[in-house]
Amino acid sequence: MRPARPSWLGLIPRLTVLLLVLPVAAGLVGVLAPSFGWLPALGGDAWSLTPWRALWQAPGLADMLRLSLVTGLASTLAAFAVVMLFLGAFLETSLFRVVRRLLSPLLAVPHAAAAIGLAFLLAPSGLASRLGSPWLTGWERPPDYLFPGDPGGLALIAGLVLKEIPFLLLMSLAALPQCRAHERLMVARSLGYGRLHAFAKAVLPGLYPLVRLPIFAVIAFATSTVEVAIILGPSTPPTLAVAVVRWLNDPDLSLRFLASAGALLQLGVTVLALLAWWLAERLVRRLAAGWLVGGGRRRGEAMGRGLGAGLTGLSILLLGASLAGLALWSLAAWWPFPAAWPAPMTLATWREAADTAATPLRHTASIGLAATALSVVLVVGCLEAETRRRRPLRPGAQLILYLPLLVPPVAFLYGLVQLQAQLGLAAGWLAVTLGHALFVLPYVFLSLAESYRRLDPRWSQVAAALGASRARTFWRVRLPMLTTPIAVAAAVGFAVSVGQYLPTLLLGAGRLATLTTEAVSLASGGDRRLTAVYALGQLALPALGFVLATGLPRLLFRHRRHLLT
Amino acid sequence: MPETSPLWLDEVAIYQGDRPLVRVDARIAPGEVLTLMGPSGVGKSTLLAQVAGFLAPAFTATGRVRLGDEDLTTRPPERRRLGLLFQDPLLFPHLSVGGNLAFGLPPGGGRRARRRRVEAALADIGLAGFADRDPATLSGGQQARVALMRVLLAEPRAMLLDEPFSKLDAALRDEMRRLVFARVHDRGLPTLMVTHDRQDAEAAGGRIIELAP
Repeated sequence: MRPARPSWLGLIPRLTVLLLVLPVAAGLVGVLAPSFGWLPALGGDAWSLTPWRALWQAPGLADMLRLSLVTGLASTLAAFAVVMLFLGAFLETSLFRVVRRLLSPLLAVPHAAAAIGLAFLLAPSGLASRLGSPWLTGWERPPDYLFPGDPGGLALIAGLVLKEIPFLLLMSLAALPQCRAHERLMVARSLGYGRLHAFAKAVLPGLYPLVRLPIFAVIAFATSTVEVAIILGPSTPPTLAVAVVRWLNDPDLSLRFLASAGALLQLGVTVLALLAWWLAERLVRRLAAGWLVGGGRRRGEAMGRGLGAGLTGLSILLLGASLAGLALWSLAAWWPFPAAWPAPMTLATWREAADTAATPLRHTASIGLAATALSVVLVVGCLEAETRRRRPLRPGAQLILYLPLLVPPVAFLYGLVQLQAQLGLAAGWLAVTLGHALFVLPYVFLSLAESYRRLDPRWSQVAAALGASRARTFWRVRLPMLTTPIAVAAAVGFAVSVGQYLPTLLLGAGRLATLTTEAVSLASGGDRRLTAVYALGQLALPALGFVLATGLPRLLFRHRRHLLT
Repeated sequence: MPETSPLWLDEVAIYQGDRPLVRVDARIAPGEVLTLMGPSGVGKSTLLAQVAGFLAPAFTATGRVRLGDEDLTTRPPERRRLGLLFQDPLLFPHLSVGGNLAFGLPPGGGRRARRRRVEAALADIGLAGFADRDPATLSGGQQARVALMRVLLAEPRAMLLDEPFSKLDAALRDEMRRLVFARVHDRGLPTLMVTHDRQDAEAAGGRIIELAP
C-alpha cells in the first residue's frame, strides 16, 4: 500500500468540521454578548444583567417555557412510541413493506406544509369537520373550538408527531440491520415470544442506542421549532422560540437584547429537555431490567399490535388527508361550510400565485440547489477520504455532524446575524445558502454514508489492479456505481433546504422570500386558498427532486441492469 | 423418557417461484435425529425455516408440518414451541449470560427461583458462576453451550438444528455434538438437523436424507 499523499482530499473532512462547528460556536458567542447588554451597534456599551431581568419579567414566560418543554417532549415520545409499536407489530411482514413505501415519501413533506395541511384539516371549518357535518355532528356552522392554536399546544404536538414519524421510522430502518434485528427477532420468536414482546425485549435494547442521536435531534427540533409553532401553536403566549423571533423582528431595536437572552434561554430549554429524556431513559432501563428476563412472552400482544396498526394508520390517514385538503383548498372558488367538496373549482388562485410566486420559487430552487451541491461535494469528499484511509469516522465526528441538529437554530442564528453585520457581509443569497448548507449537510451525510461504506472495496481493488490511479478509480468506478444513492442523498438535502424557515428569515434579513417563508407568513393570515397553493408548491419542489433522483439513474443506466438493483 | 410426540413432515415441498427446490416426507420419532444433507443452495435451510415458521417471502411451501396430531403449518413461529439452534450462538448482547438463559425460561416462579434455575442450568453445562458475565467474554464453545441451554430451558417439543456445529473448531465440534445429541436423546425430542458435514450426520446416528441439487 502506498503511503497516503497529502492532498486536497485530506482537507475536506477538516473543512467540513469547520463549516459545521464554526457557525454554531460563533453564533452562540454572538448572542452571548448582547444578552449581557453588549452590542455597540445598538448602543449597548456596558455589561449588565438588564436583558435577563427583562426576560424574567416578560409576560407569560412561564407558559412559554412550559409549552416548549411539554410540546417538545410529548411529541417526541408519541412519535417514538408510534414508530416502535409499528416496528414491533409489523417488522418483516408484507404490510410492513406497504406502509414503508407509503411513509418514506412523506419524509420529503416540509414541516410547514404538513403543519398548514393539518391546520386546514382539523380546524373548526376544516375538511374533517365538513366530512362529518351535518349528518353526524349536526353542525350547520363551524363549531366553536380553538384549533390550531389551542393554549395547551395539542395542535402543535399533533403536527410535530406527524412529521417526526417518517423521520424516526427511516432512521430506525437504517439501524435495524446494524443491530442484527432479523436474527434477534428470530431467536426470540423461536423461543416462544410474540412479535411485540420479541421486538421489545430482544431488538429494541440493541436498536435504541443506534437511534438515540436522531431522537435527540427530534427533541431539539420539537422544543425549538419556529415555523410549526407559528402555524399550529398558541399565540399568546407562544412557545419560547416564537417569542424570540418576534422580539428579533420587532421594530423596537432595543428588544434585540431581550431576544439574545431569550435565545440563550432557548438553548437551556432544549438542553433541559434532552436531559429529562436522558434521565427517563436511564430510569426505564433500570425498571425494565427485570421485565426483560422475566420470561413473559405474550401478554397484551394482540392489544399492542392493534394499537400499533391503529396509530400508524391514523398517522398516514391524517398526513394524507392534510395533503388532499391542501389540494382542494387551492382549487376552491366558493366553499361554504359544511360542504365537503368545493364547487365550482377554479385555477384562479394558481394563476394569481403564478405571478407573485415566481421570485420566491426562484430563490427556493437556487438556494436549495446551491446548498445541496456544496453539501454533496463535501460529504462525498469526507466519505472518499474515509474510504482511502480505511478507517471510519471517530465517534466524536458523528456528534459534530449532529451539532447543527442538536443546537436550536434560534439560539445561534441570531448570533451569526450579528457577526455577519460586524464582518460587513451582506445579508442575502450567499449567507442564506451557507446557512442552509449547515442543516443540509448532516442529512446528506446520514443519507449517503451507509451506501458509500457498504460499496464492496473489491471494485476499487479490481480497478487498481488494472492500473487505475486512485483519482481515476474514484471518478470512473466508485462515483458512477454510487449514482443512485448520491442522487437520493441530494434529493434529501434539497428537501431539507426547501423546508428551512428560520435561516432564510434571519440570514436573509427578512428580504429574501422563499416559498417557505411566504407560506408561513400567509398561514397566519386569512387566505386559505393562496396559503394552500404556496404550501403545495413548497411540497412539489422536494417531490420533484425525489422523482428525478430515482428516475434519472434509471434512465442513464437503462442498459446497466445490475447497477440499479 | 418424558412423553413426547413425533414430528411429521407430510410431503413438505419448497418452491422458489415455480421452481421446486426440495421435497421431504418424513416422520421423526421422539429422540430420533433425522439429518438432511446436501450442498449449499439446495434449499435445506429453507426447509428448516418452513418447519420453524420463518419461511422468507421469496419462497412458497406446500405440505404439512405436524407434531403428533397438532398441525403447526399455519401457526406463527412463537406458537410452535420448536427449539431452533443456529450456526451462530446469537446470544443477546444486551443481556448477561444469566439473562440470556432467563430469557429462555418460561415466565413465573419469582426472581430468586428463576435465578436458581439459571445457575443450575449453567452448572449443568460446566459454566457454574458465569451468570453475570457479558456473553462477549465467553469463548465460542462456551457461547454455543449457553445457546443450547437457552433453547432447552424454553421447553421445546422438538429440535431444529441449522448447521449448529459448522462454526466451531474441530476439537470443540466433537464435544458439542455429544452434548447436543445426548440432551436430545434424554429429553426424547424429535430432531431435524441440516448440515453439509458428513461427520455431523454420522455422530447423530439417525437416518440421513441426501438432497441432490
